[in-house]
This record gives sequence, structure tokens and C-alpha cells, in this order.
Amino acid sequence: MQIYVCIKHVPDSAANIHILDDIRIDEKVAFLLNPYDEHAVTEAAAVKKKVQDSEIIAVCLGRPDAEKTIRSAMAMGADRGILVETDDVCDSMTTARALHAAIVQDGSADIIFTGKESIDSEGMQTQFRIGALFDFPVVTNAATFDIASGRAVVTCELSGGRTRTFELAMPCVVGAGRGLNTPGYPTFPDVVKARKKPIKTIALDSLAITPAAGSAKTVALTPLVQNRHPKKITGTPADQAKEIIRILRQEAKVLA
Amino acid sequence: MKKTGILIEMENKRVKDTTLGMITLAARADTDLYALVLDGMDDPACDILARYGITTVVDLGLSFSPEMRLNPAVRAKAATQAAQKLQLDVIFGLSSADGKDLIPRVAALLDAPLVMDCLDVDLEKNIARTSHYSGKVLADIQLSGDVVIFGIRPNAVQPVPSPAQPQKIKMASDSAAVAGLALVSWDDGENGGQASLAEADIIIAGGRGLKNSDNFSLIFDCAKKMHAAVGASRVAVDEGWVPYAFQVGQTGEKVSPQVYIACGISGSIQHFAGMKTARMIIAVNKDENAAIMANCDYHVQGDLFEILPELIRQL
Ligand SMILES: Cc1cc2nc3c(=O)[nH]c(=O)nc-3n(C[C@H](O)[C@H](O)[C@H](O)COP(=O)(O)OP(=O)(O)OC[C@H]3O[C@@H](n4cnc5c(N)ncnc54)[C@H](O)[C@@H]3O)c2cc1C
Ligand SMILES: Nc1ncnc2c1ncn2[C@@H]1O[C@H](COP(=O)(O)O)[C@@H](O)[C@H]1O
Repeated sequence: MQIYVCIKHVPDSAANIHILDDIRIDEKVAFLLNPYDEHAVTEAAAVKKKVQDSEIIAVCLGRPDAEKTIRSAMAMGADRGILVETDDVCDSMTTARALHAAIVQDGSADIIFTGKESIDSEGMQTQFRIGALFDFPVVTNAATFDIASGRAVVTCELSGGRTRTFELAMPCVVGAGRGLNTPGYPTFPDVVKARKKPIKTIALDSLAITPAAGSAKTVALTPLVQNRHPKKITGTPADQAKEIIRILRQEAKVLA
Repeated sequence: MKKTGILIEMENKRVKDTTLGMITLAARADTDLYALVLDGMDDPACDILARYGITTVVDLGLSFSPEMRLNPAVRAKAATQAAQKLQLDVIFGLSSADGKDLIPRVAALLDAPLVMDCLDVDLEKNIARTSHYSGKVLADIQLSGDVVIFGIRPNAVQPVPSPAQPQKIKMASDSAAVAGLALVSWDDGENGGQASLAEADIIIAGGRGLKNSDNFSLIFDCAKKMHAAVGASRVAVDEGWVPYAFQVGQTGEKVSPQVYIACGISGSIQHFAGMKTARMIIAVNKDENAAIMANCDYHVQGDLFEILPELIRQL
């Protein structure tokens, strides 16, 4: 089986983000594999263990140094990598077109794993756009994944413990959620092996994708400063509880 | 005039308050408001939509069979067909758990630009404000295209009545199954009655400070008394005290309640990523130097094992 995994190179969630000239961030921070995409790679590796002769290809649209993130995916089990290179920040419509074109050019997908969202742009949509371009069925926030009689059986999580179980014709696109598996730390030999695995680099322009009619453009970034001025609630626990209830009733007006 | 379609979310046959807030946000612009009703229309639903300014109520005529009606691909197809027939310029939906599986499908089918989890939208310029980088940055994103789509964070805007006399129309949706994606089973969870985390007015959340799963019942008891939803830090989830569905944060639910009460939670960057847009934050923590104590509206320094039982008693 050919399993493609879409992986994004994103700033570490713990990094301090500094904004430059209102629309860019200072990229001198640690970048890593998008956390949900770690679940996607981990699931691909689990499928490969069960289905003989499978190959896992990690695909990334990003800057040249996204190669590091592809190597991380390789240490976690990807066999090859494809880096679609661009210095531009692309919107989801362009990203999906680029990933779609790169996969079509490379081979024929049986499964495409993605994350349920990227933690930098928090778009929550690229998986659906890839699915629409291929005309493959899509599910998102997957918590279990199986293959039975040539169909993918996937349980997805909604909020409040609600779940939905789907059967998908293959090929299909599956957006990994956090409940899907537990990514492990790669071993040192895995990291060494990953250095020798092949990465194909393609310039975004060379894919000659047809642009979308619409676009999404970032026009301003501002740091989310918390302008809260904490007030202290003092006294005995009983006094404190009483004051909390007063605040809920009179200030927040959320209690009758 | 612009035409804005609003995907109506209901719960137990009632239009959700968070849906009404989204109508109020759309009504700020000069636009006709089309309610796109997926879950069956009745008079009470129509009346409430009328009270909040809907100009046309559109029943998408989805099949009542749950296999069909709960299938997000079927819902997306019906919404997409309606958007095309009505020639909508804008589509709004809630960026709720269900919305996250519906709105991007509609955007993909229409090949139209979309911003999810919007805290605000300026429909004159089609600029949406949303969060980036785990909630550390606010991004203003401008959409252009024949149709533009916005997923609105539940509770981003409070509903304000603005009565109208809507027309009613019914669309014939072709209920044929969507090729390739079949819903085979569904589970609406044990907490069917609990307020959904993303949409609750009050959330009371517990973290490592609760120490074990038995103690976590303090949070549940308190929540019950104040009709709040229960949240948790990742530590509480990883320790197995509560299911993952309760997690608030960068890798959990993103919430904007009126009040967020954090008990025994230190306030890590990743936890804040999920709740920093709460209108009011109350922190209960025994450590005066915990990050959350500097980043809240009220802090209660003390032992949660003394304060929570008092709260339960007095409520
Ligand atoms: C990629 C990534 C994603 C993450 N995503 C999330 C996420 O989505 N959500 C999330 O929450 N975390 C997330 N985390 C984890 C996060 O970094 C923190 O580890 C976590 O939030 C800490 O949980 P806590 O506040 O419960 O525990 P701690 O940080 O240990 O804090 C416990 C607090 O309880 C207080 N306390 C203890 N006993 C009492 C008592 N008796 N009375 C009152 N107070 C008491 C202590 O003073 C302390 O402040 C993520 C981490 C990473 C790396
Ligand atoms: N530039 C990219 N390169 C590779 N995969 C991507 C890229 N952007 C998004 N994806 C994939 O699409 C998923 C959803 O992304 P998003 O729509 O940005 O939230 C991510 O988890 C990735 O799997």
C-alpha cells in the first residue's frame, strides 16, 4: 500500500512568538513536526506493520529547512520524503493544491493521513480540500483506524465523549486526532537511519498548479496580550467561596 | 444586498444560544440573513430565528434517518447545494465540534476560502479575527472569492434580539448517500445532558492539584450546582482521571465561556491556548506564584480541598 502522510513544519508550541512588521513572525524559533501530524505518521507506521509491502511517504510544503521535520517523520517510520519548497506562506487552498499535485506526480495513494489541524495557522481544513481535489472521502479527528474488507473503518471524536464511526471507501483521507495513538520517541538508530532516507525536493512553481478563484490573506498579526488585572479574594475558605458566588451572580451574571 | 447563509446548530430540537450569537454577529452587516436548517424545522425554531433577525428560514430537507442526517458528508452536500441555489455570498457556521466536521467540507466542495474559529468578523471587508500559534497571536485574515466562509467560535458574540418576519422555504435535498463515506454507528456519550464544553457559560476545570480521580468528583459536584461544564488540564487527562474530551488547551478544546474557574491548574502556555479568551478567569491555587495567578481576573490563594467543599455547600 502507498501511504502518504502530510506533515507541516511549525513553530514549537512553547516558543515565544515575536511579530515582525505586522504580518510575519520572527522565524528564529524552534520548528518541529506539527503535533497532530506525529499521530498521523505513527498511524501510518502501524498500518505498514500490518499490511505487507507498504511504503510511507511524508509530504511537506514548506521552506528549505522543513527538511528537518521530514527527517523527524522518517525517524518515526516514513520511508521517503517529498519537500515542496516555497518561501511563501500559502493559504489552505494553495497548500492543498500543492500537496495534491505532489502526490499525483509521485504515485498512487491508498491512504492519505494528515493531522486534524496545524498548530500555527489552526486552519482545520487542508485535509478536506485534499480530499475534494482527489474526490476521496475524508474524516477528521480520528481516534481509531482499521482496515476491513478493503474499507477503512474509523471512529472520530466529537466533543463531550460523543463519537461517530465511519466506513470509508479507499483511497481515503484521514485527519488524525490526539486519541489515535501515542507517538513514541524515535531511538538513536532510527534517527541515524532517517539521515540516509531519500528526500525529493520540488519547487512549488514547477508544479504549475492552477490557482484557486478565492484566497485567504493574512493582513495583520497582533500578540494576544492578556490585559487582566488580577484581584485577590481573601479570607477563610468560607469567605472565599461566598465571594466567588457573589462574583458569579453580580459581576458575571451567570448564576441566578 | 449581500446574502449570508447561517448553518443552524440545534440541540434537543432547540436552536443553540451560540447559534443565535452568530446570527447577531452576521446582522451587524448590511445583509439578508438565511437560516440554513439541517435538523428539521418546527414553529418554535422558526419563532426564535425570527426573533434574532433571520429574513429567510430555509429547511434543507434532510432525511430523518440518522445514518443520513448525522453523516457530515450528507450535511455538507445539502448545505453546498443550498448555497449554490440561493447564490449566497457568505456562509457562517459554528466552529463547534460538529462544525469542525461540517464547515470545512462545505468550503472544500465550493472551493471557497474559509477561516475557522473566528472571534470576530468584519463583513464589510471580509476580514476575520482568529487565533494563531496556539492562541498566542491574533490574526486578521481577509478572504476574497465568490463565496467566503467563516467558522465562528461559540460564545464569541452574545445574542441580541432583533425581530424580523422571515419567509420560509423548503429545499428538496437529494438524499442519495454520499459516495465513499458511510456512517455506521454513533455514540452520544454518557454526558449527553452535560453542557458541551465549547458552549458552556461557566466552565470549572481541574488539574494536577486534584491529585486523583476520586477527588475530581469535587469538580463534578461543583459543576452540577452551578450548571457548569467540566474541563481539565492535560495532566488530569493523561493521569486518566477524566476522558480526553474534557481537555482544554492547545491540544484539547478551545473555549470562550463567560467564566472559567481553574482549580489546581498552573496555567501553562498550552493550557492558556485553550481558555485565554474566556471573559472572566477565576483561579484557585495554593501557589501564589503559579502563572495563572498573574493572568486571571480573580485569584483565590488557598487549598482547593477546603474551598471547593465550601462552594458546593453554599451553592
Ligand atoms: C505539545 C504540547 C501540547 C499540550 N497541550 C496541552 C493542553 O491542550 N492542555 C493542557 O492543559 N496542557 C497541555 N500541555 C501540557 C502543559 O504543558 C502542562 O504540563 C499542563 O497544562 C499542566 O497541567 P496542570 O496545570 O494540571 O499541572 P501543574 O502544572 O503541575 O499544576 C498543578 C497546580 O496545582 C496547584 N495545586 C496543587 N495542589 C493544590 C491544592 N491542594 N489546592 C490548590 N492548588 C493546588 C499547584 O500549585 C500547581 O499550580 C501540552 C504540552 C505540550 C508539550
Ligand atoms: N504546508 C503543509 N505541508 C504538509 N501538510 C500540511 C501543510 N499544511 C497543512 N498540512 C496538513 O493538513 C493538516 C491540517 O492543517 P490545517 O488545515 O492548516 O489546520 C495538518 O495537520 C497537516 O497534516
